[in-house]
Amino acid sequence: MASSREIKRRIRSVKNVAQITRAMEMVAASKMRRAQRNVLATRPYADRMRDLIGDLNARVVGQARRGTFLEVRPDTGRVALIVVTPDRGLAGSLTSNVLRRVGRFILEQNQQGRTVDTYAYGKKGRDFLARSGQNLQAEAIKLGDAPKLEQILGVATAALSRAQAGEYSEVYLIYSEFINTLVQRPTLKKLVPVEAPEDSGGRQVDFTYEPDQAEVLDELLPRYVETQIYQAILESIASFYSAQMVAMRNATRNAKDLVRDLTLSYNKARQAAITKEVSEISSGAAALAEM
Amino acid sequence: MPIHLEIVTAERVVLSDDVDLISAPTRAGRVGILPRHAPLLTILEPGELGIVKDGVRTPFAVSGGFMEVLPTRVTILADTVERADEIDEARAEAARKLAEERKQMAQSERDAAIAEAKLRKELVRLQVARLKNVGRRQ
Repeated sequence: MASSREIKRRIRSVKNVAQITRAMEMVAASKMRRAQRNVLATRPYADRMRDLIGDLNARVVGQARRGTFLEVRPDTGRVALIVVTPDRGLAGSLTSNVLRRVGRFILEQNQQGRTVDTYAYGKKGRDFLARSGQNLQAEAIKLGDAPKLEQILGVATAALSRAQAGEYSEVYLIYSEFINTLVQRPTLKKLVPVEAPEDSGGRQVDFTYEPDQAEVLDELLPRYVETQIYQAILESIASFYSAQMVAMRNATRNAKDLVRDLTLSYNKARQAAITKEVSEISSGAAALAEM
Repeated sequence: MPIHLEIVTAERVVLSDDVDLISAPTRAGRVGILPRHAPLLTILEPGELGIVKDGVRTPFAVSGGFMEVLPTRVTILADTVERADEIDEARAEAARKLAEERKQMAQSERDAAIAEAKLRKELVRLQVARLKNVGRRQ
C-alpha cells in the first residue's frame, strides 16, 4: 500500500483538479445560456426566410430555375462539404461525434466516385481535415461566442461562388445540432440545391418582384444558404457549451468520488501505521519484561 | 388600418410594430408602402428607411436586405439596421474615414469593391445619423 504521505499528496492534487473543473462548469453554464439565447434570437429571421423560400420554390418553375441554387445540376463528380466544429475541446464526445459523421460522409461520397472539397469553421474540424488530407479549401477559426453574420461570410462565399460557377453539383453542411442541454446531434444538411422546407410554401401569394424575379432569386438564395450556415454555427456554439458543462460536471463528480476513495485509503494507511507502531512498542515492552 | 411591420436581422428582431407608412430604399428606387399594398418582394439598397407612425417619422439606416410586402404585413429582412439615434456620429465618421483609406489602399479589384460597399454603408449611416435632429418635423 502507498505511504500515507503519498496518498495525501494525491488527494490534494485531485482536489485542485475538481476546483478547476467546477469553475469551468460554471463558466460554461453561463456561456451556454447566452449561446442558447443567440440561437433563439436568430430564429425569426431564419423562419421568415424559410417562408419566402417555400413560396419561391412553389412559384418559380422551369427555365427560371436555371443557374440559381434551386436548379438540380448534373453530377460534376465534385461536392463541397462545410464542417462546423468548436475551436476548443474538453466537451466530451461532441467534436468526435461530428468528425465521425464527416468521415462517414466523405467515405460514402468517395464510394460513389465523387471528390469532396472541404471548408471548415472551427479549429477542431480544421485540424482534423488538414491532418487527414481532405482537400481543405478555406477555414475560419476563433469566431468567438457570438459571431455576426458578416464575420462568417468569407468561407461561405468561397464555397458558394464555386457552386454557382458549376464546379460543385452539391454543397453539404455538417454541424452539431443543439437539441437541449443534454442532447446534441451531429447533423448533415444539403444546402445546394436548395430544397423547399417541409413546413412552408402553402401561402400561394403572387408577388411582384422588383427589379425582377431573376435578380431577387440571385440575391435571396445565397443569403438563405448563408443564413443556414450562420444558424448552424450558433447551434454549434450552444452545443459546445452545453456539452462542456455536462462534461465538466461529470469530471467534478468523478474527482469527488476519487477524493472519497483516497481519503478512505489514507485513513486505513494511517490506522495501519498506528497499529504497527503500538504493536512494536508493546512487543518491545514485553521483551524487556522477560529479561 | 395600420400595417404590421417587422424588421429582423440575422442576430435579432429590431422592430415589431403597427405603422402607417414605410419609405424604403430599394434597388429599383425608393418606394412608399401604405396599407393594402400589392404583394411585393424586393431587394433593399443601403439607405434611409423611414417609418411613419402617428405622424412621426423615425429614420433607420439600413445596409441592404429584402423586403416582403403583403397587404397588411411587411417584413424587412435586413443585413444590418440601426435607428438613427442609436448611431454614434463620431464613430460612424471614423469608420467612414477608415473605409475611404481602405478603398485607396485596395490592391485588387475585389478589395476595392468591398471597400466601396463599406464606404457606401458608412455614408448612409452618417446621413441617417444627421437626420435624427430633424426627424421630428413632418
